[in-house]
Amino acid sequence: MNPVGQAGRRGDQVRSDCWISVEVRESGGVALALRSKVASMYGDSIRATVERGLAALGVKHAAVEVDDAGALPFVLAARLETAVKRARPDVKAEFLPEAKPWTATATTRDRFRRSRLYLPGNEPKFMLNAGLHHPDGVILDLEDSVAPHEKDAARAIVRNALRVVDFCDSERMVRINQIPSGLEDLDWIVPHNVHVVLIPKCESDDQVEAVDERIEEIRKARGVKSPVYLMPIIESALGCVKAYKIAKASENVVALTIGLEDYTADLGTQRTNEGRESFWARSVVVNAARAAGVQPIDTVFSDVADMDGLLASVLEAKALGFDGKGCIHPRQIDVIHRGFTPSQAEIEKAKRIVVAFEDAAKKGLSVVSLGSKMIDPPVVKRAQRTVELAVAAGALAASWREGGGSNA
Amino acid sequence: MPKAAGIELAKNAAGRLVPLSINGREAVPYKGVAAHRPTGRKAAPAVATCADYPADGNKVVADVKTALLAAGIRDGMTVSTHHHLRNGDYVANAVFAAAAEIGVKDLVWFPSASFACHKPIIEHMKNGVVHHIEGSMNGPLGEFTSRGGMKGMGVLRSHGGRYQAVQDGEVHIDIAVIAAPEADPFGNANGVRGPAACGLLGFALADSQYADKVIVVTDNLIPFPCIPWQIHGNHVDIVTTMPSIGDPTKIISGTTEITKSPDRLRIAEMTAQFVRDAGIMRDGFSFQAGAGGTALSFAIYLTEMMKEAGVKARFVRGGSNKYLVEMLEQGLTDYILDGQTFDLDGVRSMRDNPRHVNTSPFTSYNYHGKGNFASMVDVVVLGATEVDVRFNANVVTHSDGKLLHGIGGWQNCLFSGCTILPIPGFRDRIPVIVDEVTTLCGPGELIDVVVTERGIAINPLRQDLLKAVAGTKLPIRPIEDLKREIDDICGGAPAKPKFGERVVAAVKWVDGTVIDSVRQLAE
Repeated sequence: MNPVGQAGRRGDQVRSDCWISVEVRESGGVALALRSKVASMYGDSIRATVERGLAALGVKHAAVEVDDAGALPFVLAARLETAVKRARPDVKAEFLPEAKPWTATATTRDRFRRSRLYLPGNEPKFMLNAGLHHPDGVILDLEDSVAPHEKDAARAIVRNALRVVDFCDSERMVRINQIPSGLEDLDWIVPHNVHVVLIPKCESDDQVEAVDERIEEIRKARGVKSPVYLMPIIESALGCVKAYKIAKASENVVALTIGLEDYTADLGTQRTNEGRESFWARSVVVNAARAAGVQPIDTVFSDVADMDGLLASVLEAKALGFDGKGCIHPRQIDVIHRGFTPSQAEIEKAKRIVVAFEDAAKKGLSVVSLGSKMIDPPVVKRAQRTVELAVAAGALAASWREGGGSNA
Repeated sequence: MPKAAGIELAKNAAGRLVPLSINGREAVPYKGVAAHRPTGRKAAPAVATCADYPADGNKVVADVKTALLAAGIRDGMTVSTHHHLRNGDYVANAVFAAAAEIGVKDLVWFPSASFACHKPIIEHMKNGVVHHIEGSMNGPLGEFTSRGGMKGMGVLRSHGGRYQAVQDGEVHIDIAVIAAPEADPFGNANGVRGPAACGLLGFALADSQYADKVIVVTDNLIPFPCIPWQIHGNHVDIVTTMPSIGDPTKIISGTTEITKSPDRLRIAEMTAQFVRDAGIMRDGFSFQAGAGGTALSFAIYLTEMMKEAGVKARFVRGGSNKYLVEMLEQGLTDYILDGQTFDLDGVRSMRDNPRHVNTSPFTSYNYHGKGNFASMVDVVVLGATEVDVRFNANVVTHSDGKLLHGIGGWQNCLFSGCTILPIPGFRDRIPVIVDEVTTLCGPGELIDVVVTERGIAINPLRQDLLKAVAGTKLPIRPIEDLKREIDDICGGAPAKPKFGERVVAAVKWVDGTVIDSVRQLAE
C-alpha cells in the first residue's frame, strides 16, 4: 500500500482553505485531480503550485487530489507540505513560499504592547487582514486554539503566514506549545522573522532558558540576525510564585503576561467579572515584571460582544499597573487603545515633567525639578512613556513641543 | 459585422460587443451615459369600459388557473410577476404551474426580480412553457442561463429600466399577475397588512398601468375598500385567491443582520467616515444604503456620526429596515422614501407613519420621465461583484463569468451625487478589483469612490472629492495601487473565464440601450 497523507478542510462551510490528499507512489509521475471554486481564474496557478511543491519536497510520483475553496497560495502550499509529510514523515525538505518584502519588519524591546490579537494558527482566513486593524501585536497561536492532531498543519500555516502575510506595523508574535513540545515549534518560526515568542504555562526559569537556548541554536544555524524576544505566560500558582525568576531568566524577556483561565482552574476556583480570585496573581505579575524591568501585560478579555465590559477591564488593568491587554477580535483593539490612552490631566502633567527634564539636561543639571519639587528619574521615565503613548494614540500632536509646551 | 450564433453584434460606446437584435426585436447599442434620445409616444393599454366589468365590483374568480384562462392566456404571451415577496414568493411558481396545466408554450416571464425560490421555472424552460426570462436571473436561474439552457436571450434591466421598457412599449405585458398581501374584490391592493405583509407594491405599478390584463392574487381578501390602495382596482381585470401567497419568514430578507466580520465592519466604518469627512454629511442631506451587512453597518455608523455632529437628513432612501425606521422615529431624518421594506419594522412604519413614503420605480428611477429623484440623493452606497481600474462595475456576473444576480435599482442609483462601492478587495481568492470587468453594468464615469479594507480609491474624475478629503486621515490610494496589492495576495491577476460564442443575456442601460452582453460559458 502506498502511503497517503491528507491535510486541510473541505465542505460547504469551508472558505479560503483547501483539502489536499497525497498518495506517494513508486512510479507514474504526478496525477492531479483538482476541484476548485476558482478553477477558471487560478486553475493553472494551483496546478503549478502543486508541481513546484512536490518537486521541492522531493516527491516525484504521486496521486494528488485538491478540493479548493479559494485558498490563497501560501495556504495551498502549507496544506500540500503537511499532506506530503503526513504520508512520508521522513521528508525533511520544506516548501517555502517566497518571503514578501513587507514581512521584513523589526521590533524593539520597549515598543508599545497595549493590544495583542490572538489568531488561531490553523485558520488562515483570520490572518489575512489582521494587520489592517493595527493591533500592537498579532499572535499566531500554535497552542490552545489548535487541535492536538492539527499541530503539524498549524506550524506550516504559521510559518508560511510569517513569510507572506502583511501584518503591517504589528509586532509578529507566535505562541508556541507548552515546553518541552513547544521547543519543536521553534524550528518552524525562528528563521522567519518572528519578533516575540510567547511561552505558555510557564512555571520555571529553566523553561525560559530552554527556549532561549534553542532559539540561539536556530539563529546561529540559519543566520538569523534580529533578536527573538520572549513573553512568558504565567498560568498557574507555581508560575506566580516563580514569576520574578521567570521574568529575569533571559535578557530576551521583554514582557510577562498572565493567563487567567488556566490559573483559576489551577486554584480550583471560578473566573468572575470582579476578579477578586485573581487580584493577587495579577499584582504578582505586575510587580515581578516591573522588578525585572519588563512590561506587565494583562490577560485576554474574551467576551467580544461586551465593549463596555472590555473598557472597564482595560481601565482596571491600567490601574493595577499593566501596560497591555490580550484580545481575540479586531473590534476590541480600538477599545483597548482608548483605555490605555492617558487622560488629558495625565498628559499635561507628563508634558511638564518631560520639558523640565529636557531643560535640565540642556543646562547640564543633574537634578530635575518642577516648581519646588524634585523629580526622580523613574518619574521622568514614566512621563516620557506617557507622552509617547499619548502621541501614539493621537491624543497629543507629535509636534507638541512647538505648540508652546515649554511654558507650561 | 461580427456575428454570434447567427445574431449580428456591434461594438457600443463602451467598447462592448452587443447584439443588434434581442429575441427578434431590434436593439440599440449603448451610446454613452446620457446620449440616447427616445422618440415617439408612450405605450398605452386598450380603452376599457365599465360595461364589461361587474357593477358590484366583484372581480373574484376561483383560482389562478381560472384567472389565467379568463385573461386569455395564449402561446408566446408575456406574463409578469413581482418580487415584493422576495425569496418567500409562491405566486410566480403557481402561475407557471397553472400555465403548464393549461398547456400554453413559449411564454416570456417578465419578473421585476427572481430569487432562488423560483428554481421550478427551470423545469418550465426545459419543457417549453417558458421561452426566456426578461428580468433578473438569480442563483440557479443564472447558472441555467449561463450554461445556455434558456431558449431565448435573457434581458437584464434595472428597476428603473423595467419601468422605462414598459412605458416606452419596448416590453408589452400581456398578463400581469400581482401578488397582494391585502386586496378587495375590486382589485385594490396593498402590501402593508396580512400574513404575507411586505410593505409596498411599487414594482407592480407599471404593470398595473400598462398591461393588457391585470390579475391580483391574494391570501387576504377583505371587503371593499382596501386602504391604502397602493394598486388601484380600476387597473385590475381579475382577482383571485391562494391559500398562501408567500412564506413570511422568507419575505423578510434576512439581510437585516449586522455583519460580524471585522473586515466588513471596517469597510462600513471607513465608508461612513468618508461621507462625513468629505462634507457630504451635512444638515439636510440625503443618502441611500442598500440591503446587506456592510450597507446596514454603514447606516449604523453614519447614524452615530450624525448624532455626534448634530446633523439631520432631509430624506433617506430605502430599502427600509429597523435602523432607518429608528432614524425616522428619532428625528434624524424627515422622510423615508421607500422602494421596498426589508423587515417588519419597515412594514409597520410604512403602514403607520405618513413620513415613511411608498415610492415606485416611476418616481425614483425611471430615466424616461421628467426627472427622477435618484439623482437628488447626495450619496448612495452600493455593492458590486467586480470593479475595474477605470471604475466600471459589474453586478450581474461573477469573475468566473457566471450570471448570478439581477441589477435591481443599482444602475439607477449611480446618478446620485456621490456613488460609493464599499467592497472587499478580494473574496476568498477572487480579486474584486480587476483590469476589466467581466460584464459592464455601470460606466466608471458614474462611480466615484471604491472603499476596500486596504484603502479608499477616488475616481480621478472627482477632483472635488479628492480635494475635500485631502488632509484627512482617510487612507486614500490610487485604484491601480489597490489592485496591485490584491493581485499580489491572490497570486497574480486572475485568468479570464472562457466563454462560448452565444449571447445568453443582454444587459440594458437605464435608457433601454444595450450596455453589454453575457456569453454562454465554455464547457
